Amino acid sequence: MLDVRQLHVYFGRGAARNHAVRGISFSVSRGGCFGLVGESGSGKSTVLKAICGLAPNWHGSLHLAQTALTQKRGLDFCRRVQMVFQDPYGSLHPRHTIDQILAEPLRIHRFDDIKTRIIRALEEVGLDLTFRFRYPHQLSGGQRQRVAVARALVTNPEVVLLDEPTSALDVSVQAEVLNLLARLRRERNLTYVLVSHDLSVVAHMCDRLAVMQHGRIVESLDIDKLHNQRPSHPYTRQLLLASRGYDRKTIDAFKDFD
Amino acid sequence: MKAQSRTLLEVEGLNIRYPTPRGAVEAVRNVSFTLGREKLGIVGESGSGKTQTGRAILRLTETHARVRADKLHFDGIDLLAANEQTMRRIRGRRISMIMQDPKYSLNPVMSVGEQIAEVFRVHSGAPARKARRRAVEMLDSVRIRDPERVYRAYPHEVSGGMGQRIMIAMMMTPNPDIIIADEPTSALDVTVQLQVLALLDDMVSDNGMGLIFISHDLELVASFCDRVVVMYAGQVVEVVDAGALHQARHPYTRGLLNCLPRIGTHGRDLPVLQRRSSWAAGISPRNRHA
Repeated sequence: MLDVRQLHVYFGRGAARNHAVRGISFSVSRGGCFGLVGESGSGKSTVLKAICGLAPNWHGSLHLAQTALTQKRGLDFCRRVQMVFQDPYGSLHPRHTIDQILAEPLRIHRFDDIKTRIIRALEEVGLDLTFRFRYPHQLSGGQRQRVAVARALVTNPEVVLLDEPTSALDVSVQAEVLNLLARLRRERNLTYVLVSHDLSVVAHMCDRLAVMQHGRIVESLDIDKLHNQRPSHPYTRQLLLASRGYDRKTIDAFKDFD
Repeated sequence: MKAQSRTLLEVEGLNIRYPTPRGAVEAVRNVSFTLGREKLGIVGESGSGKTQTGRAILRLTETHARVRADKLHFDGIDLLAANEQTMRRIRGRRISMIMQDPKYSLNPVMSVGEQIAEVFRVHSGAPARKARRRAVEMLDSVRIRDPERVYRAYPHEVSGGMGQRIMIAMMMTPNPDIIIADEPTSALDVTVQLQVLALLDDMVSDNGMGLIFISHDLELVASFCDRVVVMYAGQVVEVVDAGALHQARHPYTRGLLNCLPRIGTHGRDLPVLQRRSSWAAGISPRNRHA
């Protein structure tokens, strides 16, 4: 469904040019869920930005369902590939009602029966219809992230890019949103690329994952291999240990990978 | 040492009520706990009153709120009766608080290094050059690479995770007796998060500091803290030893533990917390004392 080969992404130019992603490759089949894990600044979110067209300074090859992507993306691409951002407090327009937020992509993509689609989208993400004419500030973090998911799904996309979708949420609400995302993927055969710094979230959601560091993939592995505690790269092993909570001896053995 | 002298902070029957046009909101209800030279976790969902409890200790609750307590004592000082002057001497120097959001807690027009140096200068009266050196050391201790460069950076030039580490460095600078850490590591990468916790851990074991660690991540708190206060709807539902948390009985505590994704839960739905009104002892958030 999605194929990424030798992707390089840059920000800035001249002396200030930042080589954020340094030649990464992966592919996700239709209906699959691929995870990208890494520390902040490792370039994992930048990969998503390059895929959806928000970071135009890239080279390498990007294919969506066998079609090569260029720097310029058409309207059809935007309908098929949608993104859910990390911060539900910043990604929703504060002066638009939920109705307006969900109607905007529908209007851009010239859908008809906008009202029915909005109602269906709200029902699908488990939001009561009374939320339709409320503003984002009247919603809790979890409810806002549900709106963000509804907005991404309202155009019937095939690929959904998830950038830390639950890192701003409480653990109890995180469980609800993760269940929602898993259910929607099953029901609609969606393809996910999930970015997170939390290895347990990625391990819970994905079939396959890649560990990124300093713009490179240090290791790609199937989820079974992670379960069997057999990652080969020391950085992956360290992440695995860190996901088990606080243990002083383990932490003192942590290394900085430069 | 006698048990009494080891107690740093005593909170008994703490109530925080916000009057609103539609009746009072009981943010915190009858919360009691003591803090010694230990790591005490306060766990709960957002809105459970954990941050409000932390702020009340430093008397940083918004002015229109009504704070009442049978006892709020720190080192023999009645924090509710103390005058502003006394409070100013306590805040930062003796009890400091690491706030949740570094974006709003740092001064945007001052370099982060100068802000840390200022804290050191104000609290210890050290000369500027010494304060600068100390600030760079502190930045280094919270695992910031290239502390000299970050010293000169402004808050908008650093990432959220780095901002949080800067806040932590700043709050640790005066060597306080108590640190109240409100979700101090939620924006950090897992490995850095644990390393920063190790630093706080050292301050507790080496300097005899008391730490109040506010978090919604029960698993982390269980592995890091000595005791855990579990809060729901402004009330303490139980206080447990961190080691025994996995045997906790209360359905809320169990629910918070079970809803965490783990390596090995792949493909299954996570159990979602089913909230029961009986946990809040029959008091709905808005009413009663209206």
